[in-house]
Amino acid sequence: MTLNITDIKRLAHLARLEINEQEAAETLNKLSGILGLIEQMQAVDTTGITPMSHSQDVVQRLREDVVTQANRREDFQAIAPAIGNGSNEPATQDGLYLVPQVIE
Amino acid sequence: MINSSLKQLSQMLAKKEVSSVEMTQTFLNRIQQYNPTINAYIALDETKTFAQAKAADARIASGNAESLTGIPFAQKDIFCAKGWQTTCGSKMLANFIAPYDAHVISQFDMAGAVNLGKTNMDEFAMGSSNETSYFGGVKNPWDFDRVPGGSSGGSAAAVAARLCAAATGTDTGGSIRQPASLCGFTGLKPTYGLVSRYGMIAFASSLDQAGPMAKSAEDCAMMLNVMAGFDERDSTSLNHPKEDYTRGLASLQAAQPLKGLKIGLPKEYFADGLDANVGAVVQAAINEYKKLGAETVEISLPNTELSIPVYYVLAPAEASSNLSRYDGVRYGHRAAEYTDLMDMYCKSRAEGFGAEVKRRILIGTYVLSAGYYDAYYLKAQQIRRLIADDFTQAFKKCDIIMGPTAPSTAFKAGEKADDPVAMYLQDVYTIATNLAGLPGMSIPAGFSNGLPVGLQLMGNYFDEARMLDVAHAYQQVTDWHMRMPEELK
Repeated sequence: MTLNITDIKRLAHLARLEINEQEAAETLNKLSGILGLIEQMQAVDTTGITPMSHSQDVVQRLREDVVTQANRREDFQAIAPAIGNGSNEPATQDGLYLVPQVIE
Repeated sequence: MINSSLKQLSQMLAKKEVSSVEMTQTFLNRIQQYNPTINAYIALDETKTFAQAKAADARIASGNAESLTGIPFAQKDIFCAKGWQTTCGSKMLANFIAPYDAHVISQFDMAGAVNLGKTNMDEFAMGSSNETSYFGGVKNPWDFDRVPGGSSGGSAAAVAARLCAAATGTDTGGSIRQPASLCGFTGLKPTYGLVSRYGMIAFASSLDQAGPMAKSAEDCAMMLNVMAGFDERDSTSLNHPKEDYTRGLASLQAAQPLKGLKIGLPKEYFADGLDANVGAVVQAAINEYKKLGAETVEISLPNTELSIPVYYVLAPAEASSNLSRYDGVRYGHRAAEYTDLMDMYCKSRAEGFGAEVKRRILIGTYVLSAGYYDAYYLKAQQIRRLIADDFTQAFKKCDIIMGPTAPSTAFKAGEKADDPVAMYLQDVYTIATNLAGLPGMSIPAGFSNGLPVGLQLMGNYFDEARMLDVAHAYQQVTDWHMRMPEELK
């Protein structure tokens, strides 16, 4: 599988990473090398082999659906980033997080 | 004091030969002297550190001390520690003050240990040289022109330069063992699930595992006693009965303490790609094991070479998912200028992450994207099973597996920084145990051209106690693990 610049830009968009032309070109070069390494897998016959997602054969633990954690909203909101666009205020208000307007 | 074992430090504290405050000051003085050069620590907070040391002295005075009470440790900056800057080596978290403690941190706190500071690391633990850290590279204490290995490079340099009594690390593909080999100390990656991942910033969740980095196997055993244990806050924490990992160490006094032990030597680990001088040091260590009574048997781990491609599908896939949480909304870096929400996400992430992290996010995004899942992610999971099965077969023929930890000694800074594939090959001998979930260790086995060489030990699931015994037996008859760089004495 060979990638081109358009693929890199599409992947960067999917990953929500802004990328300029120069970065895209450098990334294409490096990613092609890594994908070449990954291609070695295709030579292996894996017909009928059960995929292994976890090293131990365990199932998800369940618990009662009850509150187990104290509400620590203030602690967590204290580390909110600065709002940006010229403001150093923490990006919170009335217990909510502030982001740019998405609905007109 | 700086070259003492944890047991000796504990005895010194118990006999009141030294206080925890004095012991802590000794290490902080060394940090002040050497850290500006070595860059092992990226966060220090003397007020917090001394508060713990004073509390430890009070606890020792009241007769309630445990084995690690009052001893100063370094903590890898991947562990959230309440009130401490916790960056994971990234600009993304450069201003992040953790609002809670990781399980590992609270275990050390409950044991009365002292936190000296947070150690440098490759950004989000992605690297084998510590060169991807936003806070700059770390110098190998044995040769300042060389890297300490990674990703736990700061902890590694802190242990090797005696800037702490011991340190914690994490190992996703070799990040405890490879730096242990390159810096000349003992490091253990436990069985996956033995140590809780709660509060340990996630890289590849099905592979990440925390472990001790220390001078000796005995030190590692004492630390693992504190670190291991079930934690319901980690969904993959295993409910394994509590063990005393030091229990077998004292009984290894006989002339041939390892009589009957079968050591498997995987032929793939001694093939092309291994530096000849490193191979010779590893072979000499294995000969020493024969003198201790062990037998060797050749084994095969035929899928060893595939562990790298498999890892570079699974780890980036999991990373791209884990790192999607850094969106600049609730914590972490937010761009100063943006036009709308999408622009805010894209700019914040582009500015907050370094080049290697972005590359892995993009690989992960690619292998998980529509139409490619079966060819990459599923295929990698299938080969992962083949790799794990190799070990199941091997452990029918032997009790423990030995080989080199890394294919070479420490390389020069910058040598592989621009070639990701060359860097990835550093972990060719360590990745397979992460994929299989098995425990692995690296112990100092000697030197090649003045640089440390590690011997790797791989055990079966939950066989840490035997691995530590086997390592300890070797350390009873050799002193490689006690060597430290002359200039730093």
